[in-house]
Amino acid sequence: VNASLAAFIGRRVAAALLFVALVSSAAFVLVRIAPGDATTDLHLTRGGAAAAEEARARLGLDRPLLTHLGSWVTGLLTFDLGQSTVYGRPVADLVKERAGATAALASLALLLAAAIGLPLGVLTASRPWVAAAVAPISIALVACPPIIAVLVLLLVAVSTGWLSIAQGSYAVPTLALALPIAAMLERLHSQAMSEMLSSPDLLAAAARGVPRGRLLWVHAARQALRPVLGIAGAVVGALFSGSLAVEMMTSWPGLGRLLFDAVAGRDLFLAAGCALVGAMFVALANLLADVARAVIDPRVRESA
Amino acid sequence: VIAHTWDRWRTRLGVALLAVFAGVALLAPVVAPNDPNTQFQDKAYAPPMRVRLSDGAGFHAPFVNPQVLEDRLARRYRDDETARLTLKWFSGGKIASLGADQGPLLLLGADPLGRDLFARLVHGARLSFALAALGVMGALILGAVIGGFAGSSGGAAESGLMLITDFFLVLPGAYLVLVLRGALPLVLSTTQVFFLMAIFFSIAAWPHAARGVRAIVATERQREYAMAARAAGAGPLRLMRHLLPAARGFLTVEVLLLIPALLVAEATVSYLGLGFPVPTASLGTMLQDAAKVSLMREAPWLLAPAATLFAVVLAVQLVVWTSAPATDLFVGRRRTP
Repeated sequence: VNASLAAFIGRRVAAALLFVALVSSAAFVLVRIAPGDATTDLHLTRGGAAAAEEARARLGLDRPLLTHLGSWVTGLLTFDLGQSTVYGRPVADLVKERAGATAALASLALLLAAAIGLPLGVLTASRPWVAAAVAPISIALVACPPIIAVLVLLLVAVSTGWLSIAQGSYAVPTLALALPIAAMLERLHSQAMSEMLSSPDLLAAAARGVPRGRLLWVHAARQALRPVLGIAGAVVGALFSGSLAVEMMTSWPGLGRLLFDAVAGRDLFLAAGCALVGAMFVALANLLADVARAVIDPRVRESA
Repeated sequence: VIAHTWDRWRTRLGVALLAVFAGVALLAPVVAPNDPNTQFQDKAYAPPMRVRLSDGAGFHAPFVNPQVLEDRLARRYRDDETARLTLKWFSGGKIASLGADQGPLLLLGADPLGRDLFARLVHGARLSFALAALGVMGALILGAVIGGFAGSSGGAAESGLMLITDFFLVLPGAYLVLVLRGALPLVLSTTQVFFLMAIFFSIAAWPHAARGVRAIVATERQREYAMAARAAGAGPLRLMRHLLPAARGFLTVEVLLLIPALLVAEATVSYLGLGFPVPTASLGTMLQDAAKVSLMREAPWLLAPAATLFAVVLAVQLVVWTSAPATDLFVGRRRTP
């Protein structure tokens, strides 16, 4: 690894850590200053005001905001994310389970989307008849965000039985998440490819006698990955936002649903823990995409 | 040539569809035959009524057959073929409806509470579209001001603002809106939700616009008229006023790209029960019924809000879709480099 690449990676890692720290403390502060907390229900039901006060003291909700945040951050250093009030379990355990489920879903969907979208992009850019055949499907899929795709797939599953809708089955959630992103990648890669294909260096390579297949699938396809990696942030965002809807609709025990439970139940530590892990995922994915871009294109290393 | 014609018609089709959706939404109270929140007795899960012209014996003015509830528990309805209910046009401030004693006209059937699904869809779409429009407006104003200021001032202000932009850009929108929503009371009125969500959506959506505007304005800053303005002593704010119009085209496209995103955001948040309160109809709150797997087979018309959302996003895609130019050394038609 050369020096400029190493320096680039160093800067990016520092930025990613700062990002994670900012996002998780912002989530902590937001949920903490929200009206009502985990003890609000306690007031109305058993115990009354005295029990609520006791619970507030136990959860640290009576302490000043900054002290509270400070103790949460120190807890982080020992992987202590506090106790969830909704689930009555340590947040660290919950988040670990759920983050794994979301990571499995999201990475499988991303792999599937890339495996479908990128090669199709090469084909649609180089063969008009493929482009004509794929365009209507691609338009329809881009117009089908996960929240709609999941309903369509559930309808297909219910009426034909081709897909399993059993709890924990990967088919519906993965496809719902992957298909719109596959169409997005196909569009982008196709456009980048067709720009590459009319560039002089491809013509020069063709003149040197590089075979057509190699020109297409190696020379052009690789360079066309650059703009695709450029929107990696958007793809990761789409994966996460989409997986929230998909998790809720298919009862997938993932991070999105956990965050929903935390927000609905005013579960301070759980919300902050979810934000922490979510931010870690987002930062890591963007970091990987940046590094991949810097490896393909040295110009990227000098900027930012 | 064929591709060119298709491109033109595709755009026209998209614009026409969007115009129809906007028109129907604007005229919701006139288009919907019934009130969206009225629960009609003995109409729970009633299937859509078919508007017919012929009863087999001859042709008539458009009519529907009355629905007869056959089995309340199985929610089974039967069309009474012997009777005709002729549609009333432009009466009582509605485009089409049935007489007061003939029961409700249910073009898309009824939901589990016996409410007119078509009326709810039209009113719900109006609310969702309005929210998306307001959110887009907020996001574009924020994005144009921040991106424009960054692009026209340059230097530390530019890199600082772009750092903040990138920070917000990578946050997944749905998570961001969910956490922001978490900082507010769980129960809010429809009006409160409307304006608060518009603010949240603006916060979630501005970075993309800001980035594009920054890039355009920063390029524009190198041009002669911008340099002349600076030489004449224009500060960054004044310069921004001169440079921003260059981003007009970009912002127009951005409107089209953000509207579907915000419609989906509303649908997600309201579906989760953190958006519009019961019984307000919006595309998102209606998805709560649509997403029940057990109802999909016996009441597929409940999926109408999903179909509407799809149709709107599709119309936008038809407008913004760009066919890749098929002129290169692989396609035969040569282009000299």
